[in-house]
Amino acid sequence: MISIIIIVLGIIMIVAAFLAIHLKNLLSAVISAGVISLLASVIYLLLAAPDVAMTEAAIGSGLTTIIFIFTLKKIKKGDLDD
Amino acid sequence: MIKKIFVSLALLGLVLMFLPFVRDFDFHNELSDLSSQYVVGSINDLNTQNVVTSVIVTYRGLDTLGEVTVLFLATAGVGFLLRKKKASLKPRRSSELLQTASQFLFVLIILTGVYIFTHGHLTPGGGFQGGVLITTAFLLLILADVNLKFNHSILHLVESFSGAFYVMIGLFGLLLIGMNSFLDPAILPLGKFGYLLSAGAIPIIYSLVGLKVGSELTTIIDKMGGE
Repeated sequence: MISIIIIVLGIIMIVAAFLAIHLKNLLSAVISAGVISLLASVIYLLLAAPDVAMTEAAIGSGLTTIIFIFTLKKIKKGDLDD
Repeated sequence: MIKKIFVSLALLGLVLMFLPFVRDFDFHNELSDLSSQYVVGSINDLNTQNVVTSVIVTYRGLDTLGEVTVLFLATAGVGFLLRKKKASLKPRRSSELLQTASQFLFVLIILTGVYIFTHGHLTPGGGFQGGVLITTAFLLLILADVNLKFNHSILHLVESFSGAFYVMIGLFGLLLIGMNSFLDPAILPLGKFGYLLSAGAIPIIYSLVGLKVGSELTTIIDKMGGE
């Protein structure tokens, strides 16, 4: 049962990775990159590694996504100034 | 065309690199010598319920100190490169919903973060995870009120105090126990197995790491988004 869930999550992760590369809208790309980390943390939890899962959920899908979004905002503001 | 060939070749090389791991993978029914040493040692010698924490803080303590140093250098780099400019255009006020919810959730998230890093030796998680949670609480405040100014001297004080104290605890191990015991948690009484005040200096070290990570990442978030 668990291996089926892990395989499904892995397929969704690969789709999200593909989307992150190919989406034209950068905000959507950043969010789908965050989805990869979130699903990876679920997989770590299923594989009985809660410490790694917490780190991945907090840093990978939370903080990194936020920092990417802040950077995107800064870049767009710079374009407007020029 | 050539680019695609190169990409395919690189992917093929990657597959060849990882193939042995997949091919030779088998489930172990018993721990290897090193892991059983860690498990037995963390329960018998260190009184730590969470084996991962005892490996991170004690057996690989120097690596954790290095990690904290790397994070400090990253913060210093961000602070050096991203000097804050005066905000020229007036930012949009955030919604009433977010402002009210952030005041309510801020305390809860801070409490969860503090719980995670003080109970690092009992339950999953530890200094890094708790520190990041504390950062997300401050991030919520920034999102709710764009004009929020943090008191940077307090942040720097917390950060440098916890860093210095972390190294001092390590040096106490050398002083009180002897050689080869840098960052040994046995400088404090080991206590009863499974209690909050047990496992020697591990809860103190992880709390210091949590405070340090939280203050550093809050500085980064403030430098990047707070304007």
